[in-house]
Amino acid sequence: MAAPLGIRRQLPHSPWLFAAPGLLVTGAFVLYPFVSTLVNSFTDRRTLVPGRFVGLANYRELLHDDMFWTGLRNSALYILGVVPALVLLPLLLALLVQKNIPGITFFRSAFYTPVVASIVVVGLIWVWLLDERGLVNSLLETIGIGRIGFLSDQWLLLLSAMAVTVWKGLGYYMIIYLAALANVPRELYEAAAVDGAGPVRRFLSVTVPAVRSTMVLVAALSSVAAFKVFSEVYLMAGPSGGPAGEDTTLVMLVQRTGTGLTGRVGYASALSVVVFAVTVALMLLVLRADRREEP
Amino acid sequence: MSVLEKVRPERPATGAREPRVTDEHGRRIRAGELLWRYLLLLAVLALTIGPFLWQLSTSLKGPTEDIYGSPPRFLPGHPTLHNYARVADTVPVWDYALNSLKVATANVVTNCVGSALAGYALARLRYRGRGAATLVFVLAMLVPVEGIVIAQFTTMRELGLNNTLVGVVLPGAVGAMNVLLMRNAFRNLPFEIEEAAYVDGADAWQRFRRIALPSVKGTLAVVAIFAFMGAWDDFLWPLIVLSDPSKFTLTIGLNYLHGTFANDERLVAAGTVIAVAPLIALFACLQRYFFRGVGEGAVKG
Repeated sequence: MAAPLGIRRQLPHSPWLFAAPGLLVTGAFVLYPFVSTLVNSFTDRRTLVPGRFVGLANYRELLHDDMFWTGLRNSALYILGVVPALVLLPLLLALLVQKNIPGITFFRSAFYTPVVASIVVVGLIWVWLLDERGLVNSLLETIGIGRIGFLSDQWLLLLSAMAVTVWKGLGYYMIIYLAALANVPRELYEAAAVDGAGPVRRFLSVTVPAVRSTMVLVAALSSVAAFKVFSEVYLMAGPSGGPAGEDTTLVMLVQRTGTGLTGRVGYASALSVVVFAVTVALMLLVLRADRREEP
Repeated sequence: MSVLEKVRPERPATGAREPRVTDEHGRRIRAGELLWRYLLLLAVLALTIGPFLWQLSTSLKGPTEDIYGSPPRFLPGHPTLHNYARVADTVPVWDYALNSLKVATANVVTNCVGSALAGYALARLRYRGRGAATLVFVLAMLVPVEGIVIAQFTTMRELGLNNTLVGVVLPGAVGAMNVLLMRNAFRNLPFEIEEAAYVDGADAWQRFRRIALPSVKGTLAVVAIFAFMGAWDDFLWPLIVLSDPSKFTLTIGLNYLHGTFANDERLVAAGTVIAVAPLIALFACLQRYFFRGVGEGAVKG
């Protein structure tokens, strides 16, 4: 083939026609909003009022806004609570469903079901399960522990929301781990078994090193998702974020501040920039940790 | 197969009637190990599927039946569809379902068409600015939606599309990740299959339509399924862009139902079952593509 494919015999602009719908949508509804978020964060724009340039005023206000620090704290706590569980539990689950024993495809699919369900459905299911009079408390009372106000205490609420996030994410990361485990050479396990290594030892010295890069990937994906948590907490703690708003997350604060007819677009944009900056920082952090551990 | 396997002594036959359960390497799994594996599997099953079944059970319990009892009653004594009729009387749940269906279907069509076209242009066509076009999609993929929803909302207001279903669909109409997935699918096709058509004088559109597109059906199916699921399940964006209850999608309608009738658990349960049943059915039929999508998405994401 002398000439590269597609130089001749095509309308001169046809490649751009192919790419146009995608470029248009991406430009208008992702890149333009991104730039306008940056720009708006330096203005006092409101939903119905065009803004004036105010310099760093929004960012200065952030520093003195208790709600911002509450949101940042909760979103950060969410990472600490959710990521270790989502790195470890799905790996154990993947080991459990890895062997092709009869009926295993049914179990794999069943464990994935929470991933398919909408977060709203999942949130409402757990609101009812953890209700003062719900199933979990009925069971706790039956076995003599008594009822617990999962959804009325600030910290229990946040913990419950984390548990729901983990519950919904298990199946997703299980599938990612299954793909990684399929590439672990069988011989490694056999050699370890011959050396007399028990299941725990085999897990630590064969499985973990073999899927380490997948664990880093899962940590990156789940920490970014955890920091941006919105729906679980919004549904379980309510739009105002639980008792005295103490369970508000950063994205909830963005949504609350910036929407509606009185929305403070400028201030919400500054909050959004923080969300974006932390997300990028998390990615870089995890990827750097990966490189440092490389042998 | 490994060398170790071959030198392994044959296991003595322990009675021919015992069912032979073997792992993927054809080796027997001991009965004891099988037992604890199944016990663990059943325990996890109860944890993952149990909550859905409890919701289903609650939705089928009549008004006279105790749903708070301790110890709890897992099965409805007199199953009834009464709550489903009631939820439709309370909020226009079938309109919400129709709105969700419209949004999800539109999202599938725009994503399949848009990402296939753009993916092909990025992978196969030669023109100045191709690198820049690719960069646009890569950058867009890195922008977290949560960081730009407010600006997307003001953009929609400027276009007069806030509070419309079109406004719900537009921002995700051609997902950047879908474009890059399709690009990779097209790039992995051997050049030879298009070469013949090129020599025969087929133009870019004909090569795309007749040769390249039929070869990437699998990836296209993944894009379609994730577009449907993404739109059907989405919450934050429709919550922001929709304010008129008659335009609500199911997820927003459920949130509304929960906020307004929070103390009527049977009603909310019926609503959630309506919202989740279609997706579970879809998943049951097309699991293969769901799992494949996780793999491809994770590598890209």
